[in-house]
Amino acid sequence: MNFAVLQFPASNCDQDAVHVLRNVFGHSARFVWHKESSLGDADAVIIPGGFSYGDYLRTGAIARFSPVMKAVQNFAANGGLVLGICNGFQILCEAGLLPGALIRNRSLQFRCEHVFIATEAAESPFTNQIPQGKLLRVPIAHGEGCYFADELTLAQLNANGQVLWRYVNDKGERTESSNPNGSLENIAGICNLARNVAGLMPHPERACEPILGSTDGRLIFESLLSTGHVNGQTQPQRHSQAVPSHT
Amino acid sequence: MKAKIIITPKKAVLDPQGKTVQSALAHMGYTEVGDVHVGKYIEIELTGADKSNAQKQINDACHKFLSNPVIEDYRFEIE
Repeated sequence: MNFAVLQFPASNCDQDAVHVLRNVFGHSARFVWHKESSLGDADAVIIPGGFSYGDYLRTGAIARFSPVMKAVQNFAANGGLVLGICNGFQILCEAGLLPGALIRNRSLQFRCEHVFIATEAAESPFTNQIPQGKLLRVPIAHGEGCYFADELTLAQLNANGQVLWRYVNDKGERTESSNPNGSLENIAGICNLARNVAGLMPHPERACEPILGSTDGRLIFESLLSTGHVNGQTQPQRHSQAVPSHT
Repeated sequence: MKAKIIITPKKAVLDPQGKTVQSALAHMGYTEVGDVHVGKYIEIELTGADKSNAQKQINDACHKFLSNPVIEDYRFEIE
């Protein structure tokens, strides 16, 4: 598959995302600068983490008006796969591609740690390779990851199976202490109604190699790749079964 | 002309900053302090002369960009 990884001023997880897609999975990934107006031949778009535009005004508020986001809107409207990670999730919410908003962590603390998330809906291009009941141990690093939506939106998210991941403890229980940011109903990630756009606060790209302490994030990328395969998109250029050693 | 815009968190939205400031005020001995909401204040210098047009434009900018209607309310004055 061909991935487009967006770069805004102060994106800082773009390199990690491209590294994982190219070197861990052997697929093609290219950076797309925010001033570009085309996504080229991308099969999927990753909006990476960071602090686009210094988080000025609100997280993601300025990035969502970048020229490339018009292309992302069209891409998503045509069914293209879009995954927003951390700041990417915030940008997708600001852009209206995902419902709700991400606000200051309830604790007011920047939280940087590994958390557990449970996958709620396996029927999505982002979760279809995650075994039932498998908890993912993935890192978070954010100050504004508290998911908020009004009651009606929240009810619709639940009714339509749009909540993909929730924060849980190591036994898979949804508790207050396992919710690192005060998100409503422990929501860690959601998708749109059409299920082709998703966002999550944790960083799966930082959990794809054993040296980083967890490889659970791979399952999310493997889901995307398996979806791309079903859609008849390009095969990996190089298949690397083994995780490359750290250099 | 100048637009003076005030943006506040919606009542239904958690406002941890407001809560923290409220409890700090209470600790400092300000006993008659109720709910606190922390928002934003934005001033914009306007170069046009038509006040009703400015009003329209600022309202549009507040709705689309300066505030997020999911979590915030806004009000403004043009002077």
